[in-house]
Amino acid sequence: MKPEGINFVLVGVGGQGTLLASDILAELGLRLGFDVKKAEVHGMSQRGGSVTSHLRWAPHVFSPIIPAGEADILLAFEKLEAVRFIGQLKPNGLVLVNDYAIEPLSVQTGGIPYPEDEEIRRRLEQVTPNVNWVKGMNIAEALGNTRTANVVLLGALSALLDIDTGHWDAVLELRVPARHLELNRRAFQAGREAVAAVV
Amino acid sequence: MKRLLSGNEAVARAAWEAGVRVGSGYPGTPSTEIMEAFALYPGVYAEWAPNEKVGLDVAVGAAYAGRRAFATMKHVGLNVASDAFFAVAMTGVEAGLVVVSADDPSMHSSQNEQDNRQFAKFARVPCLDPADSQDAHDLTLAAFDLSEQFDTPVMLRMTTRVCHTSSPVEVGEQRENLPEPGKYPRNLGKYCMIPANARKRHPVIEARIAELAQFSETFEHNRIEWRSSDLGIITGGAAYNYAREVFPEASILKLGMVYPLPRQKIAEFAGRVDKLIVLEELDPFIEDQVRLMGIPLHRAADFTPAGTSYPVTKSIFPISLELDLAVVRASSRTAGLLPNLDTAAPSQTNGSLPVRPPVLCPGCPHRSSFYVLHKLGVPVNGDIGCYTLGMVQPLDALHTVGCMGASVGVAHGAAVAGDKERHVAVIGDSTFFHSAIPALINVAYNRSNVITIIMDNRVTGMTGHQENPGTGRTLQNQQTREIEIEPLVRAMGFDKVLTVPSFDVALIEKTLKEWLKSDEPAVLITREECALLPSAKARWVPLEVVSDKCNGCTLCFRVGCPAILKSDQMDPKTGRPLAVIDPLLCTGCEICAQICPRDAILFRSQVSRKQAPQEVAS
Repeated sequence: MKPEGINFVLVGVGGQGTLLASDILAELGLRLGFDVKKAEVHGMSQRGGSVTSHLRWAPHVFSPIIPAGEADILLAFEKLEAVRFIGQLKPNGLVLVNDYAIEPLSVQTGGIPYPEDEEIRRRLEQVTPNVNWVKGMNIAEALGNTRTANVVLLGALSALLDIDTGHWDAVLELRVPARHLELNRRAFQAGREAVAAVV
Repeated sequence: MKRLLSGNEAVARAAWEAGVRVGSGYPGTPSTEIMEAFALYPGVYAEWAPNEKVGLDVAVGAAYAGRRAFATMKHVGLNVASDAFFAVAMTGVEAGLVVVSADDPSMHSSQNEQDNRQFAKFARVPCLDPADSQDAHDLTLAAFDLSEQFDTPVMLRMTTRVCHTSSPVEVGEQRENLPEPGKYPRNLGKYCMIPANARKRHPVIEARIAELAQFSETFEHNRIEWRSSDLGIITGGAAYNYAREVFPEASILKLGMVYPLPRQKIAEFAGRVDKLIVLEELDPFIEDQVRLMGIPLHRAADFTPAGTSYPVTKSIFPISLELDLAVVRASSRTAGLLPNLDTAAPSQTNGSLPVRPPVLCPGCPHRSSFYVLHKLGVPVNGDIGCYTLGMVQPLDALHTVGCMGASVGVAHGAAVAGDKERHVAVIGDSTFFHSAIPALINVAYNRSNVITIIMDNRVTGMTGHQENPGTGRTLQNQQTREIEIEPLVRAMGFDKVLTVPSFDVALIEKTLKEWLKSDEPAVLITREECALLPSAKARWVPLEVVSDKCNGCTLCFRVGCPAILKSDQMDPKTGRPLAVIDPLLCTGCEICAQICPRDAILFRSQVSRKQAPQEVAS
């Protein structure tokens, strides 16, 4: 782990569990001895709006918000949102994308098509060659609960970061309700293996 | 041990530690979680009031009764509560009273961007302005002490980034054990503000604010961080973070109390740095006062930030929208405080992407009324809540949205002014209780022909499901007396009052068409639980499109439901895409099924029963 810390931007669509994922990452940073700030905007997006969360680990964090082009890691729970926020990432930063599309209403009414996968790849790779895809929804569905897709993504992220899995497990236990812990542990493991198989 | 707390949670924690007995507030982003978190502590009384003015009056009463108390609200809530705020500024208190105003720079979830530090100055009330969660905790504790020491309410001014950013906080483990207060005060000269007494009190509060200014010179949360003398920055609130990160070498005067200001400390600081700037969000609140002291600021005069189209009244940093590192760096470059960059700004790669603005959720009970209102083409005056989203395409049904409770009064005003069209007001249940009751009394009493639709979704929705007087539950989820809207409205003098199920499109349309023919004031109550309430979620059944029957007529897309999508399958005759329903999003509200002219969307009773809804894991 780099001593200077990590800037994460998490993006998704309201209802995808983006905020729980950022809570878990915040606790993880604290556990690793960093100062942490986690910023999110609540309000007018219950289901269906863009949701973003900024998370910073550093010896001392001042600004809660990460400026454009300065995130080390972009964690996207939805493909279109990955493209929308790729400008947050620093050149050659790490992108982890859930290979999953949620069509916004504007596709139905506004006439702008949802970008093709090839277009999404092209735009992400303009910024970084380090783009990792995970079929988080499919994996979560196979485990019997699509709501765990967010934790599948965290498992995948864990395979890309050099952090002892014991720390991850401890923060899962801290933040996930006990009755859902086992399912989420399996989701985490499945995500970790999905990326490990590729890397 | 440090705990990860949001600014809001930190305020609640500190209020508990300070021995606060009573908290009252009205939900409003970004303040809502303060009262929700406070309610969970033992030994406290916490409530949702119908509006912010009532909430502040309640806190005032508790503080008169010798118990520490606080009221929470968003910035515009203080507009509603301002009468109580000015009144208690005059009387002072028997025990600590803190007014939490959560401002929303950048208007993430608000209709305006007011800087409530101005309210503190206006009312001669000291104002504390935290920079992060630890600061929010510590300044909340300080606020209660100050309130008692100086016999004044204290404003704790939060902002969105402080409210909703989580960071580690060193908390206290003990709740302050305060002595039981004596009898309710009978001190007419102090607590009965008839003109004769008020005239005597005004000089008292002017003297009080002067004493507070003196105190602020040594207030521990007004601190100077000496570093290089090249640049000195006076800052407060969230802006402190940007000052530290953008100018790590600069000396900083960090003001925990932004009103009244420590004039000697500012003068001393100014005298020991070569260049002095003020770094603050929104209004030039500190800056104006420093300039009035005759202290020269770097680039204070005739300086126009790039990209502004209005006369500049603030130096260097923009007066509108929240600050962040990028804004502070860019403004500082323009002002010559940072070297210009050689590299270009990061390239924009997000052109021509479909936008994802907030929309009414799938299964939202407000959707049907807006679908009908759009069809009828009448002027609709909206209000503050999820249903403000009735303005967006394709529902496109609203003409005006102002502030809490405005819909009814505005519609009445347009009607009595003689506007030829028939005016409609739409308002939610919580907003009705908040401030529409007097406005509806006005409609009935002064007999305009306004049609009001009260969209009762059984909860305060947009702020994340808070209870209100219509839900029959308190903040602590205790059962209480549920207020029925119908008899209340009838008692105001409305004869035409009808309640319909929110999802009954035909009945809503028939009723409104009939009422539009008469010239009477009327109230339509549409009632159905918010689709995201657990009790409503248990009833979700995704509907299905029968592709043989659908011909791609697109009518169902006009209800603006995110669950109805264009499929890849084309109708062979029309060449238009057929509709398909996303089973993960659809709740089975049946609005689309009702309006489909070809019966191509199956109703709930026609859909083969799916397995029980998945248990929610996260």
